[in-house]
Amino acid sequence: MDKQRRKFLKIAGATALAGVSAPAVVKLTSSPSFASSGQGAAADSHSTAKDAGGAQHDVGKKSIRYGMVIDMRKVYGKPELMQKAVDACHTVHNVPDFDKPENEIKWIWTMPFENVFPEHSSYHTSKITEDNEFFALCNHCDNPPCVRVCPTKATFKIEENGIVAMDYHRCIGCRFCMMGCPYGARSFNWFNPRDHIKVYNPDFATRTRGVVEKCNFCAERLPLGKEPACVEALKESGALVFGDLNDPDSEVRQLLDENPTIQRKPALGTKPSIFYIV
Amino acid sequence: MIEKALKGKPAYWMWLAILGVFIVIGAVCYLRQYMIGLGLTGMGRDLSWGLYISQFTFLVGVAAGGLMLVLPYYVHNYKAFGRITILGEFLAISAILMCLMFIMADIGQPLRGLNMMLHPTPNSMLFWDMVVLLGYLTLNIICGWVILTAERKQVKPPKWVYFFVYISIPFAVSIHTVTAMLYMGLPGRHFWLTAITAPRFLASAFAAGPALIVLACLIMKRVANFDVGKEAINKIATIIMYATIINGFFVLLEFFVGYYSQIPGHIHSLQYLFFGLEHHGHVYNNLVPFMWTFAIFCVGGLGLLAYGKIKDRLTDGLVAAACAMIFIGLYLDKGLGFVLGGLVVSPLHEIHEYLPTANEIGITLGIWATGFFVLTLLYKIALGVEHEVES
Repeated sequence: MDKQRRKFLKIAGATALAGVSAPAVVKLTSSPSFASSGQGAAADSHSTAKDAGGAQHDVGKKSIRYGMVIDMRKVYGKPELMQKAVDACHTVHNVPDFDKPENEIKWIWTMPFENVFPEHSSYHTSKITEDNEFFALCNHCDNPPCVRVCPTKATFKIEENGIVAMDYHRCIGCRFCMMGCPYGARSFNWFNPRDHIKVYNPDFATRTRGVVEKCNFCAERLPLGKEPACVEALKESGALVFGDLNDPDSEVRQLLDENPTIQRKPALGTKPSIFYIV
Repeated sequence: MIEKALKGKPAYWMWLAILGVFIVIGAVCYLRQYMIGLGLTGMGRDLSWGLYISQFTFLVGVAAGGLMLVLPYYVHNYKAFGRITILGEFLAISAILMCLMFIMADIGQPLRGLNMMLHPTPNSMLFWDMVVLLGYLTLNIICGWVILTAERKQVKPPKWVYFFVYISIPFAVSIHTVTAMLYMGLPGRHFWLTAITAPRFLASAFAAGPALIVLACLIMKRVANFDVGKEAINKIATIIMYATIINGFFVLLEFFVGYYSQIPGHIHSLQYLFFGLEHHGHVYNNLVPFMWTFAIFCVGGLGLLAYGKIKDRLTDGLVAAACAMIFIGLYLDKGLGFVLGGLVVSPLHEIHEYLPTANEIGITLGIWATGFFVLTLLYKIALGVEHEVES
């Protein structure tokens, strides 16, 4: 009797273990997952080999790579205009409003120059950088560390257009992506966000407590032919210009052709898709 | 063998009851957090990992520390450790259980935890950490249980189990290496972005883990009539000394890199941890006393052990005091300073000091109590078998 029971327990235990680990093994050994990760790695080594500094971008790739040029010259001295862009984004995306800074959720916001560009050194701060705040948002990096560290692929890069997107239903809330992001672009829902949404927009999903969120470059608006909400809000000023960085005829490319631009923490090799004219 | 844990002196039940109280407190606190949200912790947008993850990091080290007993016995055939390798394996089991509980307490959507297996992601170090932790847990359960069963029956352990014993050795190194890799590969986190993180983790693990085992041995010598022998304690003390010295050496190297290169990102965290970081006229320094306690306790513990060795007077009291100092010191270093110090300067260059909340501390104590509860049961079983074999 005893022996039989032991044998049964052994078999049951082994079966349970196999059952739990089976999905992982099947997923890992199935070819598509391997093919895609292999491709990513190859593309990566290629680009780093081309430029040892790592700050240069892959130019001329066939696919779309959405990016944005922020022409700060057009919003200097107009904080209310910048706030308009922030509000537009946060209203469209049901971003909750928390009072305490530690619980805050923000997709796009403004901050002093020294916070947005902390590695920028100067002997004497200019009046412009002293008096104005600067936009900060997700950089939609070409080589995003947040995607690299996510253990569930809940955050991922859309290969067709370069947007770094999130699956709020898969995110387990480990906040590893917040550790990986060198720009502080990600927010976590410490409390239930639905109680803190001021104006509810039924066209965009609300999030649940315990997941991470961030700017999605309005991936939901682009297929409808709309521009990102912040860009639309500042359309008249032309401060925010959105488009395909890989398309030589796009407005963003024209701006990059004509103006010297800077980026946030370029030395980290993340290859941001947001460019600043300051 | 489980029945051995069900018989004990009143003191044994008393100890379990005390731990039980903390477990209940922890469970209540966790329920609150589960219903209301992680906002009940001291974490926030710019300091999004806190006490839970730092406890996890430290305890992975405690689990890996058992290696320092298993390796000499099985690889170098060092017979004096014969009676205590099982203690190392059982400590690893309870430490990893604590690690897993801290991870579950830390994630925002615990019910989605299985997504780690349903959507395995080899480019994430957290995925690999899960793999090696579960692997090491399984290996220790197998090895510990099979070897203890064989000892009870007074037969040699089956040959196949040695296969698992030998793989558990690289696994022990891997759990702490991969845990270090969670931190080491993050661009923009200067304090962590150094290759020395992994060896430093291992060094402090190989001191803290054995120190805890020595403390447990000395307690069991008094309360459970279980003596591991002078030679074993002496040897572990040597191991602890070397590991503590190597860890200290690595810490000094960190100081050299930061303060000689003068790169601000490399200085900030050390400055905050040991001297206080000045920013816009305010000095942030709430971890300074803890970090100096770490430094003093490690040096002091080393001094005590060295004194005992030189004078050949390694008494139980002296060893216990030294091991407690080293364990607490390394806990302050890795279980507080490493994670919180690395996060003090946010990516947006604001300074955020960490202050855990009462609820969070309740959960933390509850998980530690659960770990010690399991550890007590396992050690009780191991001692019960030892005593049975002796008589």
